[in-house]
Amino acid sequence: MEELRKKAREALASGAAQVVLGYGKGSGKKARAVFIRKPDQADKLILDDSCVQNLAVYLKKPEVRALGKPAIVSRLPTMRALLQLASENQVAEKDLLVLGVSHDGKLLDLPEFKAMEDYVATAPLELTAEERAELDKIQKLSLDERWRYWQEQFAKCVKCYACRAACPLCYCANCLAECNQPQWLPVPSHQRGNLEWHIIRAMHLAGRCVSCGDCSRACPAGIPLHLLNRKLAEELFRNFKSRAGMSAKGEYALGVFKPEDKENFIK
Amino acid sequence: MSEFEPKIIAFVCNWCTYAGADLTGTSRIKYASNVRMVRLPCTGRIDFMLLLKAFDQGADGIIVSGCHPGDCHYTAGNFHARRRWMVFRELLDFIGIDLRRIHFAWISAAEGGKFAEFVNQVTGEIKKLGPYESFQKAMSAGIE
Repeated sequence: MEELRKKAREALASGAAQVVLGYGKGSGKKARAVFIRKPDQADKLILDDSCVQNLAVYLKKPEVRALGKPAIVSRLPTMRALLQLASENQVAEKDLLVLGVSHDGKLLDLPEFKAMEDYVATAPLELTAEERAELDKIQKLSLDERWRYWQEQFAKCVKCYACRAACPLCYCANCLAECNQPQWLPVPSHQRGNLEWHIIRAMHLAGRCVSCGDCSRACPAGIPLHLLNRKLAEELFRNFKSRAGMSAKGEYALGVFKPEDKENFIK
Repeated sequence: MSEFEPKIIAFVCNWCTYAGADLTGTSRIKYASNVRMVRLPCTGRIDFMLLLKAFDQGADGIIVSGCHPGDCHYTAGNFHARRRWMVFRELLDFIGIDLRRIHFAWISAAEGGKFAEFVNQVTGEIKKLGPYESFQKAMSAGIE
């Protein structure tokens, strides 16, 4: 923690960054995002197990961009989000400083995206045992039970779009949810609108989701949204050996193809 | 009561399947009249949302069809579409939407016979499944 504060202080003092995006103490046991702009405020930074938010989400917000060049405290999901954003030409290497943190809380030296790619390549990216169990539980249900399960989940949705706001990859300035000519997505949060929104969200993140889980954490209704993304990430890896957020020059799995792609359902 | 006649929406590409369906007609081959065709420039243009919108509007089954791999008028539209469908089907299945109601085929402009056969076969299967009540019931909840 002290090491991180020192590094942040130096970055701000030397002018290498104008703002440090990091974690500070939030209410209760939660950590919240903090935006440190002066070297003497660097002591507000904390680093512990409560620091889970994917801070890459702020990079695309206009009010944060206005603060100047950021240094961003990055754990694995944030690093993957940065690489994915870079592959989509949304962030450039020269426009940010990465304060990498390993899974056991050690500071990493990541002067460039290449070093970050090397670190991500060594990290375990398979589903955790807990995620696997959650997925299996749903997959074992019958078709009707699965339908009922998700209908019950989606019925809780109030269409606040917190899942969208929390997602580092949901950065479109004009989201189709706001498009009303034609009205592609129903506005009210009835079953139809909710189903369509969650399918669109999952599909638009297929091959791009970096599995940080912030959608589920942000959801005030407690819908396990990350499961939809995990399921698709699994399928993309199984079918196309593709994982998002591995390289700053990565290909979008649904933007490319191979003539020999194998399916078993087209007659 | 008369027999259940399913509503089937077919999203087809302009260059192959639509022309194939034309050939079915000019060849005087009869096929089930349950299918309503929607012509699009390419299978690559068939947004996954169109399929959901069809179910929204009361479709009991959906056909998606276009050029054989390698025959796309725009070179690669169907390859892109194929990847998208592979992923989309998995999502629908996971969410509990009945994949037996969505059928995919490659039908070229020369395959008028295959088109008729395919439509008849799909219509038969959807007839057996009956109307897509679970979807329609859930979707009308909360809407006046």
